[in-house]
Amino acid sequence: MWDEVPCPFCGLVCDDLRITTHSGKLEVIANGCPISSRAFATLSLSEPAAPQIAGKTASLDNAAAAVADFLGNAKQPLVAGLGTDVAGMRALMQLADRIGAVVDHMNSVYLMSNILALQDSGWVTTTLSELKNRVDLLVLAGTDVTSRFPRFFERYVWNRDHLFVSNAREVVYLGRGLDTQAGTAPDGRKPTVIACDITRIGEVAGALRCLIAGRQLQATRIAGVPLQELQKLAARMQAARYGVLAWAAADFDFKHAELAVQSLCGLVNDLNRSTRFCGLPLGGNEGDVTANQVCTWQCGFPVRTGFASGGPYYDPRHFSAERMLRENEADALLWVSSFNEKNTPPETSVPVAVLGRRGMKFRKEPRVYIPVATPGVDHSGHIYRTDNVVALPLRKLRESALPSVAQVAAEIEKVLESR
Amino acid sequence: MLTKLKGGKVYDPANQVNGEVRDLYVRDGRIVAAPVHDERTHCEYDLTGHIVMAGAIDLHTHIGGGKVNIARAMLPEDHRRDIVARTSLTRSGCGHAAPATLTTGYRYAEMGYTACFEPAVLPMNARQAHMEMGDTPIVDKGGYALLGSDDFLLKMIAAKSDQKAINDYVAWTLNSSHCIGIKVVNPGGISAFKFNQRAMDLDEDHSYYQVTPRQILTVLARALSDLGVPHPLHVHGCNLGVPGNVATTLETVKAAEGLPMHLTHIQFHSYGTEGDRKFSSGAARVAEAINQNKNISTDVGQIMFGQTVTASGDSMTQFRNAPFGRPKKWVVMDIECDAGCGVVPFRYRDTNFVNALQWAIGLEIFLMVSDPWRIFITTDHPNGAPFMSYPHLIKLLMDKTYRNSMLDTINPDAAAESTLASLTREYSLYEIAIMTRAAPAKILGLTDRGHLGPGAGADITVYSDDADKQKMFAQPRYVFKDGELVVQNGKITKVSWGNTHVVKPEYDKSIEQPLKTYFERYQTMRMDNFKISDDEMQEFGHANKLLSHPCRKQT
Repeated sequence: MWDEVPCPFCGLVCDDLRITTHSGKLEVIANGCPISSRAFATLSLSEPAAPQIAGKTASLDNAAAAVADFLGNAKQPLVAGLGTDVAGMRALMQLADRIGAVVDHMNSVYLMSNILALQDSGWVTTTLSELKNRVDLLVLAGTDVTSRFPRFFERYVWNRDHLFVSNAREVVYLGRGLDTQAGTAPDGRKPTVIACDITRIGEVAGALRCLIAGRQLQATRIAGVPLQELQKLAARMQAARYGVLAWAAADFDFKHAELAVQSLCGLVNDLNRSTRFCGLPLGGNEGDVTANQVCTWQCGFPVRTGFASGGPYYDPRHFSAERMLRENEADALLWVSSFNEKNTPPETSVPVAVLGRRGMKFRKEPRVYIPVATPGVDHSGHIYRTDNVVALPLRKLRESALPSVAQVAAEIEKVLESR
Repeated sequence: MLTKLKGGKVYDPANQVNGEVRDLYVRDGRIVAAPVHDERTHCEYDLTGHIVMAGAIDLHTHIGGGKVNIARAMLPEDHRRDIVARTSLTRSGCGHAAPATLTTGYRYAEMGYTACFEPAVLPMNARQAHMEMGDTPIVDKGGYALLGSDDFLLKMIAAKSDQKAINDYVAWTLNSSHCIGIKVVNPGGISAFKFNQRAMDLDEDHSYYQVTPRQILTVLARALSDLGVPHPLHVHGCNLGVPGNVATTLETVKAAEGLPMHLTHIQFHSYGTEGDRKFSSGAARVAEAINQNKNISTDVGQIMFGQTVTASGDSMTQFRNAPFGRPKKWVVMDIECDAGCGVVPFRYRDTNFVNALQWAIGLEIFLMVSDPWRIFITTDHPNGAPFMSYPHLIKLLMDKTYRNSMLDTINPDAAAESTLASLTREYSLYEIAIMTRAAPAKILGLTDRGHLGPGAGADITVYSDDADKQKMFAQPRYVFKDGELVVQNGKITKVSWGNTHVVKPEYDKSIEQPLKTYFERYQTMRMDNFKISDDEMQEFGHANKLLSHPCRKQT
């Protein structure tokens, strides 16, 4: 039995799980959630562990050589997916640098909304322990949080222990059609719901900024919300001692969501003129924060960076792996997903190699499939939490014959180096 | 294998060698005494006409950790001015204000530096700092763990816990975060900012804990002294950048109460309020205080003109200074009931009165502090300027004519306010070797670095002598790291990964009982997951060596 196990399957990386193992089968017996329980329980040992070349069993050496064959000769290879831990990402960066690949994460379409806002204007943000101990007004912008981060309220909002005595916590949802059940306090107090159109959440933030600045608004409804409701919210936000405005960019499923994120960050900045208020971008699933951190420290730029010209070149729009495949701008794909077997590569006609969690099922057989170990289960490693600050140590919970992403990437590089 | 470095002019202040022509011998990564018999040398370098020093040590440079990576992520336009291509030996990256980790290591080595110390390791973010430093090649690394705004310590001080318990907590923090010293940033102020306090002077109460920065400084300086940690408390004081903060700085010297204390980037803390613009130099008063108090050491945090980025743990100050930043984008973070950070890009301009005077104040301090063993060359990279400006800074210190010609180009009102033109001091090579080698090693407790005596790690930099000191220091002829030739003519010839320097003071393990409960109740990770293991450190650092330095015996 294992105690205080960090869970790599969502961006909260809760580290209080109790897990039992019976001949390699894992069960979360305490502090689980729908995501972790399923993810640990389905890490089966019955699926084939051997690499496959064109659907046929092969040795790791041969599989690595086969990947090196087409990746090394590609004019514009992609290293994408990037569902891996710190060590895996370090090794993939080294490989990408060598072969001149573009690196992109499977969650980039969301991740970029935050990165672009950061690069354009910056932000004031906080982390999970600050939230847990300080927040008195929590505003959730366009997200129910719990469907992606099931234990968010249990661990950081309705926690019994906190360092600083504060008033009863208040929760406000901004957005129509959200499941707001988790926002009900243990004492039965219901959250406030402001049913705006989520695609127009940037407008709501803009209106709140005007109200906080003391300006008159001509409109009587903004994004479907009566002005009076926003006036009340603006007053509550200004009265908060330590407010937090959280959003999940993955729930901003509309074009130019970075502008909505930027508006929300601007609102938070304005509130800090008189009180304390912080943003909290929620993400980190499938190792997206991890991949981005490592990419940034090794080359200076976030993901969606390419190395074809010898040095790093960052292009947050053109270097979308999905777009490049669609527009025939790439001619080979190395796809990595070690946490989740459901994240298969995008459909493409270029040769594909997959370093995937065991048991991955493909609509179209990739040229090479190398089942890889899952960090935090089959080997130790590190993964970042949503807040970009805490990297947790992942444990090895069982013996596994599967290689890690880092090992496979090193094997591929070894082949390339020897040629 | 025995290597002979023949006939160089050696500057080794730790061993009182001042420009004497000597041979050096290196075996298995160490400097050794001249062989007694005619032992065969496997490799010989003729260094006739060359200057030989130990590898340089930067004791305050922000090279790794969360705030540095935020700075990188924020500044693609700055990186694009300095893209670094891959070579057969080295990885690609980027340079300038917030360089990639790989480029950072290469470039420090190419400048003759062999050790760099990250001065603000937030314990909650220590893994990231070590992972980034682990990806910083060639140079040795180490970090100072940040305390003083963490709620655990503030609670202890507010509850008047005894010094022994605080010592245990400090030692526990050093052990679990694998650091070599303790840094305090705006003591208590980062926490106070979370309670919406916007300023906090040395004797002002934290609005929640009713604890003053002076109390925090005293308690931490005492802890390090009691624990025998070689490096004194590394202090980023109150009121950074505020006109008139010279008074706070002078009081901070007194707050040390005779205990060793290092006042970092002192330039930012040496401002008066005289003159038409209510901004003046406090350099003379600060230098006098340092000259008189032998327990105080300092590094300057010199500014240089041009674009850079400021990355600091001081969220309170960074929030206040954000409106002065260029380009207009900035980040402030509250972090894990532990600390905070603020990242604000800055463009220092020589035409701007304040910036020009900041530049002059830094140089005044350099020239007025008399003891080179207690003042170190830093730009607080990247806060005052990127580290690549060190050779230029050394030239400013060594060449009065050059310095005065630069002074003529800055904002004339600032030049008129400064006493710089009247300061005739020129640093010698011996003094530069003290400031960049012998003294930092001494103050960090690195007994086998920063000198060239037998037994020292063979970190050696060889320069071609040149009247233009900037040129000389920018491009060493050879750099040896642990005995291996890693740089030739200012270019990398071999990539190694350096060591990590730590201290592991002893402590009473029972401190873990309240800590375990604290983590379970208030933090969002468990104590045992917070602590970094030795195995992890190996993993971060390409299997590099952890060098643990002894702490003085407790009496």
